[in-house]
Amino acid sequence: MTALLVGTPAEPPVETAGRRHGAGLWGAIRRSRKAQVGLAMLFVFCMFAAAPQLFTSVRHPNDVAFPPRLPPSGAHWLGTTALGQDIWAQLVYGTRESLVIAVVAGAFATVLSVLVGVSAAYLGGIADDGLSMFTNVFLVIPTFPLIIILATYAGNGTLPVVLIVLIVTGWSYGANQLRAQTLSLRNRDFLEAARVRGERRSYVIFAEVLPTMTSLILATFLGAALYSVLTAAGLQFIGLGDPNSISWGTMLYWAQNQQALQTGTPLWSIAPGLCVALLGASFALINYAFDEISNPALRPVRGRRRARG
Amino acid sequence: MTLLETVGLTKHFKIGGNVSRRTLHAVDDVNLSIDRQEIVALVGESGSGKSTIARLLARVYQPTSGEIRYQDRPLSSMRTRRQTLAYRGDVPMVFQDPFASLNPAYRVAHGIMRGLKLHRTDLSRTQRREEAVRVVSSVGLAPGVLDRYPHELSGGQRQRVGFAQALAFRPKLIIADEPVSMLDVSIRIGLLNLMTALREQEGISILYITHDIASARYVSDRLLVMYAGHIVESGPVEDVLARPKHPYTQLLLSAVPDPRAPLSTESADMGEPPRVIDPAPGCRFRWRCPLAVDECAQVTPLLRTLAPGHSAACHVATPEPL
Amino acid sequence: MLEVRGLTVEYATDSAPVVAVKSVDLDVAAGEFVGVVGESGCGKSTLLFAIARLLSPPAAITAGSIVFKGHNLVTMTEKQLNALRWRDCSVVMQSAMNALNPITSIGAQFRDVADAHMDWSPAEVEERSTEVLQMVGIDPIHLKSYPHQLSGGMRQRAMIAMSLLFTPDLVIMDEPTSALDVVAQRSLMVQIKQLQRRLGFAVVFVTHDMSLVSHFSDQLLVMYAGLIVEAGPTRTVFDTPAHPYSRGLLEAFPSIRGARTPLTGIPGSPPDLARPPGGCRFHPRCPVAMPECAKIEPPLYTVGLAQARCLLHAPERASLSEVPS
Repeated sequence: MTALLVGTPAEPPVETAGRRHGAGLWGAIRRSRKAQVGLAMLFVFCMFAAAPQLFTSVRHPNDVAFPPRLPPSGAHWLGTTALGQDIWAQLVYGTRESLVIAVVAGAFATVLSVLVGVSAAYLGGIADDGLSMFTNVFLVIPTFPLIIILATYAGNGTLPVVLIVLIVTGWSYGANQLRAQTLSLRNRDFLEAARVRGERRSYVIFAEVLPTMTSLILATFLGAALYSVLTAAGLQFIGLGDPNSISWGTMLYWAQNQQALQTGTPLWSIAPGLCVALLGASFALINYAFDEISNPALRPVRGRRRARG
Repeated sequence: MTLLETVGLTKHFKIGGNVSRRTLHAVDDVNLSIDRQEIVALVGESGSGKSTIARLLARVYQPTSGEIRYQDRPLSSMRTRRQTLAYRGDVPMVFQDPFASLNPAYRVAHGIMRGLKLHRTDLSRTQRREEAVRVVSSVGLAPGVLDRYPHELSGGQRQRVGFAQALAFRPKLIIADEPVSMLDVSIRIGLLNLMTALREQEGISILYITHDIASARYVSDRLLVMYAGHIVESGPVEDVLARPKHPYTQLLLSAVPDPRAPLSTESADMGEPPRVIDPAPGCRFRWRCPLAVDECAQVTPLLRTLAPGHSAACHVATPEPL
Repeated sequence: MLEVRGLTVEYATDSAPVVAVKSVDLDVAAGEFVGVVGESGCGKSTLLFAIARLLSPPAAITAGSIVFKGHNLVTMTEKQLNALRWRDCSVVMQSAMNALNPITSIGAQFRDVADAHMDWSPAEVEERSTEVLQMVGIDPIHLKSYPHQLSGGMRQRAMIAMSLLFTPDLVIMDEPTSALDVVAQRSLMVQIKQLQRRLGFAVVFVTHDMSLVSHFSDQLLVMYAGLIVEAGPTRTVFDTPAHPYSRGLLEAFPSIRGARTPLTGIPGSPPDLARPPGGCRFHPRCPVAMPECAKIEPPLYTVGLAQARCLLHAPERASLSEVPS
């Protein structure tokens, strides 16, 4: 093919300013206060989960090894429970279960959301009507009663049961959001261009539509993870979890059971509750930070405004 | 030699929800043909149906009735995926909006490489990359563009990428749906010249769809004027512009802003869009037409030849003396 | 009536501020139609928003004055500006047809505008609304219609009618016809001109389509990369463009009459305003650029009845050679 230099060739590509200043994702994260705080908190929790033995000398936190109801001290940073367990150790070891729940339930719920939401929007017509109805049914069912029923029906609340319950109740919200976003993208020219090029529908959905929605999918995941952490803690608190497991929710359950707040060991209740809140907050902060990074219009305005007469 | 032709091409859309019976007549009974190595301009305003024709020819929509024939074979006879793919490779489309026609999540090379993978199965991966470089250079871009993201390119560059994607298939006919409307004026000429060069040097035909008659005149050999789903005038571009036969063409020409000409006598026409929802029989232009007669309200005019190669769908238009 | 001097608008960014409009001077006499022409990114819309004092952060006016009927708009407070808004100066935006609230009737929206700026009784509002709708050629029965019941052209006319509610002295229009088809466009331009003659308001009309204003504007300004590069009576600028960019722009419009000649347009694309070229901002694309053009940023030189920002017209050169045509 001969070169068609028509008149004059087109101009060289535009140099983006971003390439200069420590740009891209990493630079944006460094500039965002929310991202730093959220990621830092998450990092700490991940460390607890990955290597709990680095943070406490106790190896079996559920063993009744210490005198009960000790106040915080050098040996027991948060004191001991009414049964004689080190609270700090339980907290550290309990991180693992909470994180596992957040990530696993969050991930599977997101996968379901994506499959149902994106397909419904892209396929349209009857498929859309059917999938939307399915989504809406799950959306309007009152979740907590449903969770309680499912958990009770499944017998004891072992971890897989809890996970399944969370996934089944947690996917529908994200599915709606993803469907809405896909609908708005559906008529974009580049999707039509892919069809006109001869691509199969499945290819278009997975290779053309999904990559443009990564920030929404990430937000859905973070939302689902947040939901899972809070709801799992709630389930375990009311006794539907496994009372012998080591997790924050179980700590709350036993603390409530032993009336920790009234009997002089408030930290037994407060500490796990605070951790649940902090983990949730870290997900939320990372979510906000990503919103701001991907949509510059949402960034906080920091520069001085100069208005002269 | 005719490359693509349509016979009685019609497309209706049902509007107003599932219960309504109203139909939108986007395209009605269109006969057009495109030969090898020619640029045909399809001119019309919004609501005229020109974009629908583009999508019908690109097989995005299925016709309600009528036939599209490519190299004398009807498209409806292409049932296997291979046949459809072959057609798509021969007749690709270039889109209007440079800011939406490239997937922002991928680099520029992605679309071209996918296209090559689908349509040029004879090439190895390295050869595909070489071919991508070749098509990109042939539209006047530096090969480095392939590794950029769309948001790093200007509108004009993105449209050139659109043409490069089409060229990668070794097409016979490119359907260009308003390819320059969203570009700055000074950039448009570059792309219009590119289209002319494609016809001259590669022998590719182009269906240039636009609302801008001036650019249509600049690049095309033949001109088709559409109004309310019908082709109302068709002929060699200079003939149609010098001696427009249909009142709508005359109205369009008088409305085009031209700084070099004095302001033409102002018509009272306000540019109201045509009625294409459940239209009554008869000429659809009659409500705006200064020359309408009784017949116009009863019989839908068909294209009739009024001069060599030049036809118009109007009861009132007179043929040229020989 | 409107006197803009040295207006500069900057956008704050993470790095150095971007100058979107640099040192613009503009004069609009009463009843004058001024066209501001330029391509995307040249700053014409920013200029318009600055004059209407509608800029929001990160954009801000950093220098210059806008004297409208004797008051400097740049130093006025929001309260003082609101007294002027719509009564003395109104704005018609691009795609104004989408600025209409889809869930209220046209008449209700006119009432909103009237109530926001004046204390008229409902009867007065209706009377005036009817009047302005008739002026733009819309049947007043449409006061009860919703926006979706009107065509695009009619909605645009309704917006223009809204801008004339208080018979302002100045109407600022930002590409009001760009979303319309050519016939509707022509009809709207003619209508605007008729209204202008009848009511005597001045118009500042921003567009990228030079030929559109050629028959309607008295004065024409050409903008490029944030600067005014040519200014003068419309006919003068069209017949004898003094700046190479204006010339290039005029030649980039294919004509439907006359000979069919190949055109070249202007090679390259407008500069990134964050890093404009040194010297004359147009020199990288200029077909007649000289070595000095890369070093010296030219001021506006007088060229007959017009002004052009080009070193070719520096008085020292007048003795040397003719301006190449």
